[in-house]
Amino acid sequence: MQSGTNKDNGGVVKTTLNAGDEPLLEVRGLTKVFGTLKACDSIDLAIGKGEIHALLGENGAGKSTLVKMLFGTLEPVAGEILWKGAPVRIASPSDARRLGIGMVFQHFSLFDALTAAENIALSLEERTPIARIAERARELSRSYGLPLDPSAHVGDLSVGERQRIEIIRCLLQHPDLIILDEPTSVLTPQEAEKLFKTLETLRDEGKSILYISHRLEEVKRLCDRATVLRHGRVVAHCDPRKETAASLARMMVGSEVHAVVRAAPPKDADHSPLLEVAGLSREPSNPFAIPLRDIHLTVHAGEVLGIAGVAGNGQGEFFEAISGEALQDKAGMVRIRGKDAGRLDISGRRLLGAAFVPEERLGHGAAPRMRLSENLLLSRFRTDAKSYLTHIGIIRESTISAATRRIVSDMDVRKSSEDPEASALSGGNLQKFIIGRELDRQPAVMVVNQPTWGVDAGAAAHIRQALIDLARAGSAVLVISQDLDELFEISDAIAVMHDGRLSAPVPVGEATYEKIGLLMGGADASTPPTAAMEAV
Amino acid sequence: MGMLESILLTIATAATPLLIAAIGELVVERSGVLNLGVEGMMIMGAVTGFGVALTTGSPWLGVFAAILVGAVFSLLFGFLTLTLVTNQVATGLALTLLGLGISGMAGEAFVGQPGLRLARLDIPGLSDLPVVGRLLFGQDPIFYISIALTAAVAYFLFRTRAGLTLRSVGDNHTSAHALGIKVIAIRYMAVMFGGACAGLAGAYLSLVYTPQWVENMTAGRGWIALALVVFASWRPWRVLAGAYLFGGVSIGQLHAQAFGVGIPSQLLSSLPYLATVVVLVIISRNRRLTMVNTPASLGRPFVPDR
Repeated sequence: MQSGTNKDNGGVVKTTLNAGDEPLLEVRGLTKVFGTLKACDSIDLAIGKGEIHALLGENGAGKSTLVKMLFGTLEPVAGEILWKGAPVRIASPSDARRLGIGMVFQHFSLFDALTAAENIALSLEERTPIARIAERARELSRSYGLPLDPSAHVGDLSVGERQRIEIIRCLLQHPDLIILDEPTSVLTPQEAEKLFKTLETLRDEGKSILYISHRLEEVKRLCDRATVLRHGRVVAHCDPRKETAASLARMMVGSEVHAVVRAAPPKDADHSPLLEVAGLSREPSNPFAIPLRDIHLTVHAGEVLGIAGVAGNGQGEFFEAISGEALQDKAGMVRIRGKDAGRLDISGRRLLGAAFVPEERLGHGAAPRMRLSENLLLSRFRTDAKSYLTHIGIIRESTISAATRRIVSDMDVRKSSEDPEASALSGGNLQKFIIGRELDRQPAVMVVNQPTWGVDAGAAAHIRQALIDLARAGSAVLVISQDLDELFEISDAIAVMHDGRLSAPVPVGEATYEKIGLLMGGADASTPPTAAMEAV
Repeated sequence: MGMLESILLTIATAATPLLIAAIGELVVERSGVLNLGVEGMMIMGAVTGFGVALTTGSPWLGVFAAILVGAVFSLLFGFLTLTLVTNQVATGLALTLLGLGISGMAGEAFVGQPGLRLARLDIPGLSDLPVVGRLLFGQDPIFYISIALTAAVAYFLFRTRAGLTLRSVGDNHTSAHALGIKVIAIRYMAVMFGGACAGLAGAYLSLVYTPQWVENMTAGRGWIALALVVFASWRPWRVLAGAYLFGGVSIGQLHAQAFGVGIPSQLLSSLPYLATVVVLVIISRNRRLTMVNTPASLGRPFVPDR
């Protein structure tokens, strides 16, 4: 199946890549092996001139490995790359740049301590003085509508602004092919819309774009052709505009994804406030941190409250404050089950019946080199001291391994051995274990930061369902997430965090993507949408 | 020559070795490598400088040999930490111990021998100026080198492309690698520059400061240089200020002891450390500036995935 529409410079729409129409980049049988894992297994791919080509696949499907080989940061073990018809070896990113391949990374390859102009200068081969680069960056940012201050330190910028630097840095090299790795995962819907306009302008100028995403709607809207990967193999080439989101999802996952069921809360349920935050403010703990400004919030029993926001608007600082990693000035700023918890540490808050799942799985949520059972004990030895430890502090191995087995089977954690080290699990499976470890306690208050970040669709659905079920069983659940789709799927109300402030929660029945998106961009909910759109 | 003038002269002599060693370490740390072996590299430079000068009769040959030995010695550190990815802290400490041991053994024959002194370099005309003449234009040649080195490193780091590349490697080596910057090669060069500087600083001690060989004669100056770099928040001119402050207070307290000030001498001896720490802590209170200048990858090993 090798079909697709290809819009070239003249705007003539063709249905296929003709034999005479040489692709800009062609990849044949590209393979990369890590240990015993075939991350990429004989990948074939052709990208025409002036097309936006989507690379679809779940986490771990091999998308990032493939583009790293195209950009020269990884070396393939087999297969060939043809650039404008000629075989090439791309041994380093500078080779890729010389050919005309530019890349905008998912986890930005920027330097926090350097200014925007210095960051841009670093990826240019030519020996242009930094002052000149700042000038050219300014010109380019004007012509593509990407506002940028060349002298600002990257550490001070928002994620959207950082992405602009990445894009401008890439454009300054005059590439023929631009690779974008999950570019919209960090943007508000409005910012994403602006990015799409920029990309369409670039396509009209004859540049090719390889667009990596797992967001199906934007692929359908933007891309001319798509290649779908699953478990390191190409499963389909298709025209995303002729597919439905459901059919694309099927190709990616290989089976139907179960939709999350969100039952209405029972009418007669207890609705008492379990987590209350009142007037929470926090000074930034380091110069790149966001201060929290007078946050008020109440989560009731039986309710899932979602907190949306572009990354880096204080969500991490907020989570630290709620979980007790950072203490509050006044005990009453955070109340758990009606008791003042602001001056309690993490264990103190857990003993009140709260549970916390931080954003980073390895190193924060779990100790990478310790076994699952040891990780379970580490997080619960205070709250479950009676069952896990004898009165003189000796570990009860059998109880803990039974609990580990229970969590593993409840959450369907896939693992290679009986009790592996945390780092041996894939991201999705480890996340299921960490969430399961907390759910197993039946906490009255559950606070989760980015519950399904980097987790494949099947595992994500499982986690989301578990969170909803917990709330319906009478707990208060607070979910911080950058994934708006997720929040709309599981939340009863959504509040938005912007620049350290939290908006009033919007009941999910009244919330729209536009409304939430505007709040994420910092617009006041009361301003009319048109005026606010311009402010974004 | 007045009393004040001679005091100022000795301050410059006390500050120069600290400044040179610290500037070298600053470049190393800006590239993201923490080399705790400064003391060891310095003492190796000191013994080499003294020995070569004694045997050849040329102090200058001694200086060059010291620079060379410092660089080669640091190459050992580079090979262990950058190529074999050993722990930087442990390797640096080992380097210091190794340097102290080797120098003690190699220098045994030199103990008690009268050394050679590097000749003063008077700048004709200017050195005869009243008061400032001798101070600014009648110093030993390495004094001028140390000032020029500070200026050159400051210019290199913040005004040149290569300096920008070096800083980027120290800030985020993963990003630098993704951009195609040769992280390991740059770190090797930085480590060797640091070693060369430490060697020169050592030679200064045994050829200018006290022209003789005494075992363990660096007496912790390598550690002070390391502390200066951190407290000066990795800025070259602040390192210079810190080195002169330290030199000033240590010479000042010596004179105070000579005058019989009624303060216990142990307390006076600790004054330079105290004063330097206090002043530099005050300077580095600007946390924003510290944050921007601290090499975020400092001490973190880099293994490219390929």
